[in-house]
Amino acid sequence: MLIETRGLCVQLGQRMVLKDIDMGLERGEIVTIIGPNGSGKSTLLRALIGAVKPASGQVLHSRGLKIGYVPQRVHIDETLPMPVRRFMSLPRRPSAEALDAAMAGAGISGLDQQQVMSLSGGEFQRVLLARALLEKPDLLLLDEATQSLDHRGSAGFYRQIDAVREELGCGVIMVSHELHVVMRRTDHVICLNGHICCQGKPEVVSASPEYQSLFDLDDMETAVYHHHDHHSYSHNNRVN
Amino acid sequence: MLDDFLVRATLAGVGVALAAAPLGCFIVWRRMAYFGDATAHAAVLGVALSLALETPIFAGVLVVCLFMATLVSSLSGRGYAMDTLLGVMAHSSLAVGLVAVSFLDGIRIDLMAYLFGDILAVGKTDLAIIWGGAILVVVLVVYRWSGLLLATMNPDLAHASGISPGREQLILTIALAIVVAVAIKVVGVLLIAAMLIIPAATARPFCKTPEAMAVTAAIIGCAASLVGLRASYQLDTPTGPTIVCMVALMFAFSSIFWNLSDRRKSRSRV
Repeated sequence: MLIETRGLCVQLGQRMVLKDIDMGLERGEIVTIIGPNGSGKSTLLRALIGAVKPASGQVLHSRGLKIGYVPQRVHIDETLPMPVRRFMSLPRRPSAEALDAAMAGAGISGLDQQQVMSLSGGEFQRVLLARALLEKPDLLLLDEATQSLDHRGSAGFYRQIDAVREELGCGVIMVSHELHVVMRRTDHVICLNGHICCQGKPEVVSASPEYQSLFDLDDMETAVYHHHDHHSYSHNNRVN
Repeated sequence: MLDDFLVRATLAGVGVALAAAPLGCFIVWRRMAYFGDATAHAAVLGVALSLALETPIFAGVLVVCLFMATLVSSLSGRGYAMDTLLGVMAHSSLAVGLVAVSFLDGIRIDLMAYLFGDILAVGKTDLAIIWGGAILVVVLVVYRWSGLLLATMNPDLAHASGISPGREQLILTIALAIVVAVAIKVVGVLLIAAMLIIPAATARPFCKTPEAMAVTAAIIGCAASLVGLRASYQLDTPTGPTIVCMVALMFAFSSIFWNLSDRRKSRSRV
């Protein structure tokens, strides 16, 4: 196991966001987490990297686990001058060749001297992915990584994830809304709504009654809550 | 050479400017300006306590500032907004400090020196403390530079890279307390925040990397100290405030430059 949670519970303020999460990931495996807004998907990823402490239960990492993390949104303050290339070499400076290769792989070669805050959402997403891949992670965590990409961009993105898994043999945990796109490329699906509603092979999950009831509900409400959810996320980010 | 009070004053000003610049950049980037202010205000309480207990001012101020900063950090996120909390803490500790000083006999005249600094009265021991503190702060910030930067940009990215944002915050807090403690003699508690924030803000339009911004801020701070000291000597004005006036002037020019170059850029875009 690369990473494993045992009876993980996370409380944010007064609210129990995650209850009794038992999950694990092997090397080379892709796990997709789906669930309605506010179901604790991002919180689960943040618990896996250690950014939120469990109220009870444990998160176990394999020894020397290297994590590449692509968050949903990063707010960069305008007062901080930060060229793309410099950002990519935080916190440890890779070799110039590795940097060039990573940027070429993500299709952002022309951007190295650009300021990070002048990038579009899609460009920044690619930069974040390229940065996450630089250190050859054992585990890649993607939080709605394709939300700023157009249709072609997101297809390319998933192809790149596949290629990376082949090349590095890393495990991938991703949070996604794009069920049909993701379903085809994933080994295991976890359907989350505070607790794990159901999990298993994609075709098993999509046929399960829990999944269907959860996402019929979501389809009706997504349009209304989508914006609100993002707003509160970036706000929390700044306070921290 | 150190026997000349102007030489000592110059060295003191430069030392404070060097330490304040990189730290000031982080304060600007993290939007902690008020945090710096609150810590500085608490220093008055530190002065009062050291005078009462007859301990060195530097030590008293350092302890109170550290206590204040940790208290604010641990209280934040528990119901009050950060700026409210800082407003309460900053002005309460300033008020308590002022009241506490009034209980001590014969101190009232001295207090002005701690509120606005008395750079011309810097002695050799002060100079050693200022430079010792400045070097410590610069070494600390340079040593932790990458981690501090990443934690500043996004705490979650830092966590994922094995850097604890909480530890980086603590390092900044300690560095801030040291800067306040050493700068008290030079610009005084009421103007320390200015020496932290204004050089960094002035440097921003001219810089494309965080490193360039820290170095430029240091140069701006040093230049302001030198020019301000000279001007206060010529014009017979209080030195600390004169130095701050010089940085403020530089900030004004830099903002004008930024606005003009912004306009030129947007015109070429059209």
